[in-house]
Amino acid sequence: MSVRRLAEDQFQPPAFAFNEENAVWAEATIRKYPPARQQSAVIPLLMRAQEQDGWVTKAAIEHVADRLEMPLIRVLEVATFYTQFQLKPVGTRAHVQVCGTTPCMLRGAEQLMDVCRHKIHHDPLTPNAEGTLSWEEVECQGACVNAPMVIIFKDAYEDLTSERLEEIIDAFEAGRGSEIQPGPQIDRAFSAPEGGPLTLLDEIKPVRTNLEPQPAPEGEVTAAGAPDNAGRHKDTAPETDASLKTPVTDKEGAKTQAKAAETGPLSATMKSEPDPKVAGGAGEGAPAEPGTVSGDLKQKRARKKTSAEDGTA
Amino acid sequence: MLNDQDRIFTNIYGLKDKSLKGAMSRGHWDGTKQIIEKGRDWIINEMKASGLRGRGGAGFPTGLKWSFMPKESDGRPHYLVVNADESEPGTCKDRDIMRHDPHTLIEGCVIAGFAMGAHTAYIYVRGEYMREREALQAAIDECYDAGLLGGNNKNGWDFDIYVHHGAGAYICGEETALLESLEGKKGQPRLKPPFPANMGLYGCPTTVNNVESIAVAPTILRRGGGWFAGIGRPNNVGTKLFMISGHVNKPCTVEEAMGIPFRELIEKHAGGIRGGWDNLLAVIPGGASCPIIRGEDMDDAIMDFDGMRDKKSSFGTAAIIVMDKSTDVIKAIARLSAFFKHESCGQCTPCREGTGWMWRVMERMVKGNAQKREIDMLLQVSKQIEGHTICALGDAAAWPVQGLIRNFRDEIEKRIDQYTYNSTSHGAVMEAAE
Repeated sequence: MSVRRLAEDQFQPPAFAFNEENAVWAEATIRKYPPARQQSAVIPLLMRAQEQDGWVTKAAIEHVADRLEMPLIRVLEVATFYTQFQLKPVGTRAHVQVCGTTPCMLRGAEQLMDVCRHKIHHDPLTPNAEGTLSWEEVECQGACVNAPMVIIFKDAYEDLTSERLEEIIDAFEAGRGSEIQPGPQIDRAFSAPEGGPLTLLDEIKPVRTNLEPQPAPEGEVTAAGAPDNAGRHKDTAPETDASLKTPVTDKEGAKTQAKAAETGPLSATMKSEPDPKVAGGAGEGAPAEPGTVSGDLKQKRARKKTSAEDGTA
Repeated sequence: MLNDQDRIFTNIYGLKDKSLKGAMSRGHWDGTKQIIEKGRDWIINEMKASGLRGRGGAGFPTGLKWSFMPKESDGRPHYLVVNADESEPGTCKDRDIMRHDPHTLIEGCVIAGFAMGAHTAYIYVRGEYMREREALQAAIDECYDAGLLGGNNKNGWDFDIYVHHGAGAYICGEETALLESLEGKKGQPRLKPPFPANMGLYGCPTTVNNVESIAVAPTILRRGGGWFAGIGRPNNVGTKLFMISGHVNKPCTVEEAMGIPFRELIEKHAGGIRGGWDNLLAVIPGGASCPIIRGEDMDDAIMDFDGMRDKKSSFGTAAIIVMDKSTDVIKAIARLSAFFKHESCGQCTPCREGTGWMWRVMERMVKGNAQKREIDMLLQVSKQIEGHTICALGDAAAWPVQGLIRNFRDEIEKRIDQYTYNSTSHGAVMEAAE
């Protein structure tokens, strides 16, 4: 958890209003949610306010609260909870967000932060003297196979080296940021391996076998052949072993045993033991079947199929 | 290796035509109406038969999850919410789906929405994915124009998809926190029950699914659950996007069959370990929250849910973070502790206080400025965080630390010894009085 507060009053502009384009956009955004649920639009609206002003001002928070008929404290909560909202002014030409989480760290994010310290400001979230550049370390930005990377406003610059980042920062400072191609800065296409993709090279023919009119058994095979045991708890406790005879699983046997116990209380239990086996094994077809040790899935499946076929036939 | 013909994401690298027309030429949006006409039960049964387990990390069977939605509406609308708040360090698959293959996801939304009786889907994209959001929105607009979405569309099931976004909170990847955030509140997880299938978004029945789980559904239904179930090992079936990052020669995202051996995956797709296999120190197999595994244990590892469980870790999202021997493994895990400390929502005390506490101790252990008995104390505290919080972030924060202590205790002790040695050899030098 991080503690975040609004900027001091001296930085806060007196008022906020969406510009014309954003006002239209805000109207459309609120309509995405059911009636009386306009509160849902709070994050998108605050984000748009940040895009307009560069950071989330107190006036913007008040404006959004007003607009969505929310208590001010609820909007304040949201603005301080979500770390993507900048609560203080950031660099006007570039705010460099360096991903510092482990996958990026392993590939040299710390060197990138050194570049930022050296080129922008020693401290994160502090604009340089001209107010044009600032930087911060952020948590995983979700481009881990393209590590290390930075995000500047909306675009990600990936597979960076210290030298390349210096060039990028220089370009942004000179106002030529748009000239730099976002994405990987080395010879690779997005998340494909460097030097070109190794898969998806063949022509792929669409397949729709399951939608073609097909004989009924086809469907049955897929249904029965699949491991529909996915996620099922595999119980190996001895008391659940169906091959063990208990009064519950083997009622016949239990009955005879009880009778035997009545007639000869002491020795009868020993004697009568072979009896239920005969009675349960031969007499009853259905309960004895699951009695076989349930280890082999295939066996089970095969059995299920036959019983299903029997049912349909 | 999986054949290209069996890959679901045909344009994951964005090198082919991303438009609706291009997607259709590769077989997407083919027979969607037919699938819907087969009915809800057929779809759910087929999904169950496919054995697809949710791709967001927990691996819950997707078909089963869909079946939890009430069969008949009680007057409340049903919602499908797609979790595209992909923030687990190491994970970056949904990003590629959204920016390069968005039509798999959109078609999946329509079918999943129909299967659970929902007419509305919200896709919650993480705030940092701005360009991805734009690409996804463009694809959705294209579908509206083509009459595939909206009221009276060609598929015969009225359906609207709205793209919503967050603003940089990892915790919003937890399904109830995501719903809170979508309702315009702080992303703090809710207590369960009630489960989202009964009381989700706006108090209505809701199912939250990962992007990849939804995006693979149409292809599974077109080709049959049996096809999907035939790939991989029982209980761990299908294809999966693997993300290989860290110290490999060529990090990449690739769709492969579940159950591919670790060695084969790295050799074939990522160009091997930097400096060769002998240089492999450790692997985090499924994103930041999965316990770390020693390199030598990964030699025979099978990359699927059960394979990783056998290695006392977890498959997570298949985000493989590879570390070679140049890595300071204690520091790598300490950085993850910092991540979890930063991302704790602050609702439950064990997590809010515990993640910070663990991070501070870990920072000292990076330097070696600790007592050896503190290693056991750290382990004990991590056990007290685990399982004592509303959501799984507490567990997620505890597991990397536990994995480190289990596998690299010698490393931590060596660091402490070194620190002690350094402080005595340069500082107070003990000399006998003459």
